[in-house]
Amino acid sequence: MKPFTYERAADPAAAAKAAAETPGARFLAGGTNLLDLMKLDIETPAHVIDVGRLPLARIEDAGDGALRIGAMATNSAVAADPRVRRSYPVLVEALLSGASPQLRNKATTGGNLVQRTRCAYFYDTAKPCNKRQPGAGCAAIGGLNRMSAILGTSDACIATHPSDMAVALSALDASVETVAPDGSGRTIGIDDLHRLPGETPQIETSLATGELITGIVLPAPPPGAQSYRKVRDRASYASGLASVAMAGDRIALGCVALKPWRAHKAEAALKAGAPPRVAAEVELAPAHGNGGNNFKINLTCRLMTAVIQDGRR
Amino acid sequence: MASTTAAANAAAITFTVNGAVRALDLDLRTTLLDALREHLDLKGTKKGCDHGQCGACTVLVNGVRINSCLSLAVMHQGDEITTIEGLGAADDLSDLQVAFLDRDAFQCGYCTPGQICSATGMLDEAAKGWPSSATDDLNTAEIDLTDAEIRERMSGNICRCSAYPQILDAIRDVAGAAA
Repeated sequence: MKPFTYERAADPAAAAKAAAETPGARFLAGGTNLLDLMKLDIETPAHVIDVGRLPLARIEDAGDGALRIGAMATNSAVAADPRVRRSYPVLVEALLSGASPQLRNKATTGGNLVQRTRCAYFYDTAKPCNKRQPGAGCAAIGGLNRMSAILGTSDACIATHPSDMAVALSALDASVETVAPDGSGRTIGIDDLHRLPGETPQIETSLATGELITGIVLPAPPPGAQSYRKVRDRASYASGLASVAMAGDRIALGCVALKPWRAHKAEAALKAGAPPRVAAEVELAPAHGNGGNNFKINLTCRLMTAVIQDGRR
Repeated sequence: MASTTAAANAAAITFTVNGAVRALDLDLRTTLLDALREHLDLKGTKKGCDHGQCGACTVLVNGVRINSCLSLAVMHQGDEITTIEGLGAADDLSDLQVAFLDRDAFQCGYCTPGQICSATGMLDEAAKGWPSSATDDLNTAEIDLTDAEIRERMSGNICRCSAYPQILDAIRDVAGAAA
């Protein structure tokens, strides 16, 4: 691990200001992803701004039936909250399907959103990766790509976003609240937070330099069933091969792209009366495999069909 | 609340470990795990993978189980840390320690401190009504620690000797006695 300097932020705006003014600064919240990557010299911050004790852990009424979850609320705290359990079961199921209990006790809501991909080539510093080193190339495209993305990929990157939580947030139409280095706040729709790779896979979110996530807002739950289903190689504590979040009429897919994939086409097809299988096929029509991950197209299609059908029972 | 900036790459850190206040001057890169093992000579907590995948380093921080390998010591200023050494002594074992012995819930023993710290935290989480992926009714206030629940809630702890059936037996003994 490379040496770094450290400060504990006094308040969110001060943290954002310090991050914008200090070259090579990184926010540290739970640390479960950042420290892992620092040990591998994939993340090499010159300065670490500890935001873990900022007073942003509250889960509170946001008016009009909405709920605000502070960015420092741990994944465990959110999944255990009675209001979240009552009104947003898709979020609870997604959170509890991710990582291990020890990690969820440390990992935060804000950190979960900005965690980095688990692509094996991103982790292997002996291999080229356009995310780690822009212009180096993508070893996953011709390599072992069983876990790689099938939607929204580019010639530069076929990595997936690893969050389960964010997939549920997409189906719930959540929004992300931030504070900028000048102290101003703004709200970003969850589907506008993460970016598809294009030619610049190293730019992962629409956050500006120094901009800090302070919370997420869940609008009032939509009418209808909610569920999250994840298919993986072992029953617990494993990354997914495919996942589907459903909240009423809204559907989002996980493990398929570099962002939570809101299935707008399938939603429109269902609204027009298409049967679940047809709607799933419409969504996955542009899907593209790179060999090892070809099976994920059919797997995702079937999983999506099953989730929609179960929701109608 | 003042912002503290360390210009250097080291910091003075004070926290409580197993009831005793400990003050250390540490390189900022020192993980909580290395602080416990290398600086406080508490070798009960084990380093397995050092990447949060195996659970051997599990300790309780303010009563909550975490992976001590994925946390910097400097993040724990003022925290209360409990390691396996704080859960029991040779002549005064905790219920889980006794149950692990009774059920022969280990072979090499390397993962055992992490398993027992994790199970200690897990029983508290279940008592508070926290759900898991194995919980049928997410809104239930009472968690019934079935075998499926225990397995799911202990999935962050790997045992390469594969003593899982005995670990499950040991934890079930204690969970059943508490219920």
